[in-house]
Amino acid sequence: MTTTRAPESATIELEFHDVRVTYPRAPAPALDGVSVRAEAGRVTAVVGPNGSGKSTLVRALLRRVPITGGHIVVGADAHTSLDARTFARRVAVVPQREEVQLALPVHEFVLLGRHVHLGSFTPVGAHDRAAVRDALDRAGMLHLADRRTDTLSGGEWQRVRIARALAQEAPAMVFDEPTTFLDIAHEMAVFELLDALAADGRTVLLISHQLNLVARFASHIVLLSEGRVAASGGVNEVMRGDILETVYDWPLVVTRDPAVGAPALVPLRKSARGVRSRT
Amino acid sequence: MKRLLVPFGLALLAATMLLALAIGAVSIPVSDVWHALWGDGETQVVAIVRELRAPRVVLAALAGAALACSGAALQGTLRNPLAEPYLLGVSGGAAVGAVVALTVGLATPAVVTLAAFGGAAVATVVVAMLARYAGGRAEPRLLLMAGVVVGAFANAVILVALADSPPDRIRGALWWMMGSTADATWGAVARTGAALLLLGGILVVRARELDVLSLGEDPAVALGADVDRAARRTFLVASWLAASTVAVIGLIGFVGLVVPNLARALGAHRHRPMLVVSALYGGVLLVAADIVARSVRAPIELPLGAVTALVGVPFFLARLRKLA
Repeated sequence: MTTTRAPESATIELEFHDVRVTYPRAPAPALDGVSVRAEAGRVTAVVGPNGSGKSTLVRALLRRVPITGGHIVVGADAHTSLDARTFARRVAVVPQREEVQLALPVHEFVLLGRHVHLGSFTPVGAHDRAAVRDALDRAGMLHLADRRTDTLSGGEWQRVRIARALAQEAPAMVFDEPTTFLDIAHEMAVFELLDALAADGRTVLLISHQLNLVARFASHIVLLSEGRVAASGGVNEVMRGDILETVYDWPLVVTRDPAVGAPALVPLRKSARGVRSRT
Repeated sequence: MKRLLVPFGLALLAATMLLALAIGAVSIPVSDVWHALWGDGETQVVAIVRELRAPRVVLAALAGAALACSGAALQGTLRNPLAEPYLLGVSGGAAVGAVVALTVGLATPAVVTLAAFGGAAVATVVVAMLARYAGGRAEPRLLLMAGVVVGAFANAVILVALADSPPDRIRGALWWMMGSTADATWGAVARTGAALLLLGGILVVRARELDVLSLGEDPAVALGADVDRAARRTFLVASWLAASTVAVIGLIGFVGLVVPNLARALGAHRHRPMLVVSALYGGVLLVAADIVARSVRAPIELPLGAVTALVGVPFFLARLRKLA
């Protein structure tokens, strides 16, 4: 049996418009008028120090926190007007943290990404199985399809979670710090995957701490600081020493990476023991 | 092996039930049991099998199935393989509700069932609130601790409520607190069967939602689940299932813990097959426990809840070790 499902729409845009979020009893808003536009076909990155509001942005998108001002548009609709499943068919989110709960075989875990397309009794069809295979393949996890999720390494677990989001076959994808536990090779593989997804015409919104990789892979960067947009634009507009030094409150320089030519941030030492004067 | 789980479970359940009909104060050969079921044979044997033992055996099977389904649903919603109605204090709450109904003299089956459900619902809310107060619902061990404390409190409440009752009534109530199928009637069978069909049916229909819920709140939301509502509904259904068993056979622990874990170990991971497998093997476990309770020290009957606890506690400890 083949299941033919029209994709929600071929391409889609995510737009945060002047979004404000205030947590109960918090002295200052977590997001204070943040606008981010993630277009189809490119990687849009949101960066910023800890507590700058990056994850709140994702929580607001998922309606885990109510927004107190502004609005979020998913495709042509306000995100609050979509029911949860329609939303999940348009936007696949890889949440920042997720513990292995009740262990599952990897392929069944990834199949859960298909739930956004399946009704209570729709049988799992050939298309669903193909989507799972394809997702595992793209995440480089096909060889682990029969392993149990509680036997995976941190990096494997991370990529299996990415595979589950891929299986949703959503035109927009949001990754909340996807490379936290990954070594250099796996981190690069994830960034290349994001790049390939964007090249396919998907909207990719990336939350990340890895400024130097973001500078190489993202075409649009939004720098958040204390709930506000400190800088927004192309790589060269945001990766500037003066801006980043103020936002991160740490001495740093931005150079050009000699090998790849992208801007590269080098944090400096505040107290370099080697150059301390010996008076 | 996975494909054979259901047919094998059905066969095992049938065999265990036949055995349970044969074993007792009077042992009856299985072939005579078979004939007696259809009304053939000595009238005395037919009466023992059809009127004394059959309701008891069927009730044990249904209650075991209900407890196992309740445990499976609670484990999925709470993402905690150690969750089950007894350890979470849900059954204890149900017992308080039932005892309160009995002591104020409202002893009709419908009222006792409703009161048990009310007690279970209150206990569920109290456990969730306690766990949140102590640091978060998401922490599995906290929730269990809260459940055990609420269960102990429920026991105390029952004992206080029974303090000025006549001795025979206390003995009866204690017996009931340790679980027993001795008072099984076809009415109780019908009520438990209806509860299992309705509530277990809801869980089976909603099984895919349980699959997603069991991933955790953020992933479940990302996969389009209305997490808060779905979790509340599952909790309600699972508590009601447990309460429906408490109302007819008293407090039985650990069936809801052991069986879903066993089902997962045998390869039933998704909740729809897992609930069905759990129901079958939950029935097998409780019927078998009832055989043990009746026959180990015959003619004395051991409390059924004590038998399941003797099996369940070592299992719990082994599972706890794996979790840590």
